[in-house]
Amino acid sequence: MEKIRQLTSQTIVLPIDDVDTDQIVPARFLTTTEREGIGVSLFADWRFDKDGNELADFPLNAPEAQGRQILVAGRNFGCGSSREHAPWAIYDFGIRAVISSEIADIFRNNSLNNGLVPVVVDTATHRWLLENPGAEVTVDVEACEVRLPDGKVATFEIEPFARHCIMEGIDQMGFLLQNLDKIEAFEQNRSWNPSLNV
Amino acid sequence: MGGKSLFEKVWDEHVVVPETADTPAVFYIDLHIIHEVTTPQAFNMLRESGMQVRKPDQVLATMDHSTPTVPIENLEESLDAVSDPEPANQIRAMVKNCADFGIELHGFGSEHRGIVHVIGPEIGATQPGKTIVCGDSHSSTHGAFGAMGFGIGATMVGHVLATQCLLMRKPKSMAVNVTGKLKPGVGAKDIILALIGRIGVDGGTGHVIEYRGDTIRGLNMEERMTICNMTIEAGARAGMIAPDATTIEYLRGREKVPQGDAWDAAVERWMALASDPDASFDKEVTLDVAELEPQVTYGTNPAMVVPISRPVPNPGDNQSYRKSIDYMQVAADKPMLGTKVDVVFVGSCTNSRMTDLRNVAKILDGRKVADNVRMLIVPGSESVKKQAEQEGLDKIFTAAGAEWREAGCSMCLGMNSDKLGKGQLCVSTSNRNFEGRQGPGGRTVLASPETAAASAVAGVIADPREVI
Repeated sequence: MEKIRQLTSQTIVLPIDDVDTDQIVPARFLTTTEREGIGVSLFADWRFDKDGNELADFPLNAPEAQGRQILVAGRNFGCGSSREHAPWAIYDFGIRAVISSEIADIFRNNSLNNGLVPVVVDTATHRWLLENPGAEVTVDVEACEVRLPDGKVATFEIEPFARHCIMEGIDQMGFLLQNLDKIEAFEQNRSWNPSLNV
Repeated sequence: MGGKSLFEKVWDEHVVVPETADTPAVFYIDLHIIHEVTTPQAFNMLRESGMQVRKPDQVLATMDHSTPTVPIENLEESLDAVSDPEPANQIRAMVKNCADFGIELHGFGSEHRGIVHVIGPEIGATQPGKTIVCGDSHSSTHGAFGAMGFGIGATMVGHVLATQCLLMRKPKSMAVNVTGKLKPGVGAKDIILALIGRIGVDGGTGHVIEYRGDTIRGLNMEERMTICNMTIEAGARAGMIAPDATTIEYLRGREKVPQGDAWDAAVERWMALASDPDASFDKEVTLDVAELEPQVTYGTNPAMVVPISRPVPNPGDNQSYRKSIDYMQVAADKPMLGTKVDVVFVGSCTNSRMTDLRNVAKILDGRKVADNVRMLIVPGSESVKKQAEQEGLDKIFTAAGAEWREAGCSMCLGMNSDKLGKGQLCVSTSNRNFEGRQGPGGRTVLASPETAAASAVAGVIADPREVI
């Protein structure tokens, strides 16, 4: 995972509400046992025709969209399944931040665990971003701000520890492992045993 | 200070290290259910880091998502004949991962193999007050028992395998009160579809829902599971129902529940989990179901739902909405009733249990599936399959012309051999009508098992109240 403190990029705009993870990565691509190289399946049924040719009118296929790192999507992005393949594929495509007015819970957690910054902004900022594809925007993870080209600033919330991990490019596992003695004490002190072998 | 809700009681009991301004809570997980699709990357991570599975006896493992629903006698010899190479590879990887890490796998040949959210309750591993996770968003199903069940991604699957904990902030709470007596032919699936239609696919985001009220109390455990299962379709983190006598009677005598004196102690603990009378919620919704009709979806998310006799709403200038009904090839301002059906699917973690199959059998008994319809009936587990066959339901299904398959997720998600063809319309008892969910270009109409069965017989979307 790369460290991300702030990133500046033109945006790719996908102006569709309730984009679900079945669209982000269709289930037939979940049969892999690896996590690398999954970017080719990103939005597979919207990006390609049945023969695998790119559909020219899909925003991610536009020549100018290549290399852009910020995706602006309609409301409630990432709803549906828990497949982590969704943020893996978005990250693999080169995108490092997704901006919407609402992002689904599981997708948000999965993104934070993979160096993809989920950014929820107010509806006015969201509307402006949807209406201005290609705008150069800065997502400042450290300051929790989105800065627009006209100098306007929108703030966003990100869980502080997840933000720390994104900024340092580290997994949250380390913190859990530091607490193993407390986990063991918890197990020894409880009044019942959740083992399946009791 | 006010009383605690069911969710708050379960939350508080599992906090190992409390959250602070800088760090989330270290939150304990009692039961981790795993399957072949969302775990290989987590096991790879454990191997790369030289870590072990910390509590193999708190892991329930099975295979359901990418498994074929035709009989597999022998994994080595006959799997390749009925499965594409990648899913077969994934199934074999699951066998190896469980063997390498000391986890008991309910694989092919096990009487307990089945859909993750069907077998957990069935063997009594799902219990009130437990925290239950799985790399599957429909883990909310387990909330029907007063457990807190929620879906996680592969990285968090790795966290739980290695530490039995997750890092979490406490979610908000939401009460959904369901009141009124259901009319014949209307059931749990219709309640949850109507609720999602009312609050939207993001209506529960950030919240844990507690379903309450007389209507919920009157449902059996399988019906409660249908409701909690689709909680995630409203965007909520989890959906819970307080344990009561119905819960206890369901669990009594099941394999993994405490026995003897420990059972009595557990029942006492479980019955104390119900929300205190003065518990408060961040949000509250009331749904009166006395006049509820069977519900059918018309679009490409579960909130795009109408009572079966009512017209599909007009999209106006809403582009996302227009795109959705164009994909479905559905006409605005007309009811879904009478729309030609190609496939009917009865199954999935939402509706593949005995209650569902019995309701379908009542309608199919003495009737025939229409000539233009392929009907698949897929039991949720090997145990459900066995029980249904003991009751002779399989004979009713096959005599009607339906296919009776092996347990698994099947056509719910189009990642095994059971898929819709492009343009085919399926009345499905599953949980998601997303574009292409059941196969590229496939069109899904979500409905109850009764509506699915009535539609299979009619060959068009049909009202089950006319055939019961």
